[in-house]
Amino acid sequence: MASPTKLRLDDVSMAFATPAGPFQALAHVSLAVPAGRFISLIGPSGCGKSTIFNIVAGLLEPTEGRVMIDGEDATGTIGRVGYMLQKDLLLPWRTVLDNVILGMEIQGKPLREARERALPLLRKYGLSGFEYLYPNSLSGGMRQRAALLRTLLFDTDVILLDEPFGALDAQTKAHMQEWLMQLWSDFQKTVVFVTHDVEEAVFLSDEIHVMGTRPGRILEGMPIPLPRPRERSVTLSPEFVAIKERCLTLLTAAAPKLEEAA
Amino acid sequence: MAVQDAPRSTELSGMTVAQARPAAGKSARRLPVQKDWPSVAIIATQILILAAVIGGWEVAARAGWLDAFFWSQPSAIWKTLIIFFTEGDAWDDIWFTFRSTILGFIIGTTAGSVLGLSFWWSRNYAAVLQPYIICFESMPKLALAPLIILVFGLGVTSKVVIAIALTIVVSTLTTYAGVKALDADGEKLFYSLGASRWQVFRKLVVPFCLPWIISVLRVNIGLALTGAIVGEFISSQHGLGRTIFYAGSTYEIALVWVAVFVLSTLAVIMYAVVSWLENVLRKGTRQ
Repeated sequence: MASPTKLRLDDVSMAFATPAGPFQALAHVSLAVPAGRFISLIGPSGCGKSTIFNIVAGLLEPTEGRVMIDGEDATGTIGRVGYMLQKDLLLPWRTVLDNVILGMEIQGKPLREARERALPLLRKYGLSGFEYLYPNSLSGGMRQRAALLRTLLFDTDVILLDEPFGALDAQTKAHMQEWLMQLWSDFQKTVVFVTHDVEEAVFLSDEIHVMGTRPGRILEGMPIPLPRPRERSVTLSPEFVAIKERCLTLLTAAAPKLEEAA
Repeated sequence: MAVQDAPRSTELSGMTVAQARPAAGKSARRLPVQKDWPSVAIIATQILILAAVIGGWEVAARAGWLDAFFWSQPSAIWKTLIIFFTEGDAWDDIWFTFRSTILGFIIGTTAGSVLGLSFWWSRNYAAVLQPYIICFESMPKLALAPLIILVFGLGVTSKVVIAIALTIVVSTLTTYAGVKALDADGEKLFYSLGASRWQVFRKLVVPFCLPWIISVLRVNIGLALTGAIVGEFISSQHGLGRTIFYAGSTYEIALVWVAVFVLSTLAVIMYAVVSWLENVLRKGTRQ
């Protein structure tokens, strides 16, 4: 897999000014994501995962370091990556179809064209029959699907997913993970995924980066050499379990520090 | 709890009902049931009450229990009503009051909503303006009415301005409440998609605040009418408010009642239209 680097974080640090003095949210985070790769960030809460996303999306200017997309400096520029926040943020006054085309609409694509492009995809990816409904009549899983399609239809190569399945029940979650894998292989996007769920991270990713807190930083990156496509049963294989254990060890090692500090 | 208490309570009460239903216990309380009357019965009762009030009033006035000079009586009011519509300039007065109310309502609500929405554009601007708005809100605006009449004259303009003064603040503050309730993540989503501020405003802020803007309409139509009437009380050559004021000062109590009655009818119609409008708009916003 000698694909070129799509997204790179160069020694990114972020400090916030608080009444109690500067707070170091991120310290010297460097990350290189090859094109088409699916990587996950896991870590305890407060490790700066969302801060990384905000910086990559251009919503926050890092105190130090650069964000490179396709070798170009993209620090502090918006509209370069698709960003799906934790909440689905579907607009209640728009139909599912019109929610999904929001990105294209903002980019100035004519509405008709955008709808024509989105309709077959809605139908293909499990939202058929929901196109003209309003979000309040959708279940949690369906809302996440719509939000994800909105992110994908915003034509960027890089997609940031911030705990998209965090609020779903276990069964729906498993279902959505497989659905996401399908989308990922169809759309060939570079994905950065944030989750609290170690098993989810191992199951989905090519690479996992475990993060620590105070300051937020990357402790260790590890490849997941499991072959694709992955069946659900892979979660029981020894390699899978070994990787999961390694991640959990790193996470628990990072956790006590949090208690000390508190 | 009730289940545990049950055996003891049956022993104590020793009543046949309690024995038959041991689980019910001594403090068994039934869900209060209210039986709905058929709508015919409701309407019949309403008509009956109205007839009783009018009939009682007439009888009391004729029997001398009520001073008809101060209170007038239904038969005299009816006669005056007919004269008011056939010989007076009833429609001119109604039109005058209606026009100032509607103009004040539209201008006040629109300007207030625009002002409220404008606070989204700059936090500094909002912070600077806020104390002034709150001052203006807490001030009894009707106290300004004499001044407004002096400045804007006896015509329709002064009434419209009073109606605007009453409605604009409510719209501004309510719309601003909507702006403040806006989820920061929503804006984040828009900006992450590369949106401009204008796009965020048009596609997120305005539709989001619409339910707030709409929720004020019914309140504002009432306020606008109040403003217009008070303006006419102070000084005017036309309008239902002027008619009431004029009739009152010349002891034509029957005419006061007629004008109040016509005014109420006008208010009910406007209120109904605005409620309908509110429903239509609310369906459009899906909230």
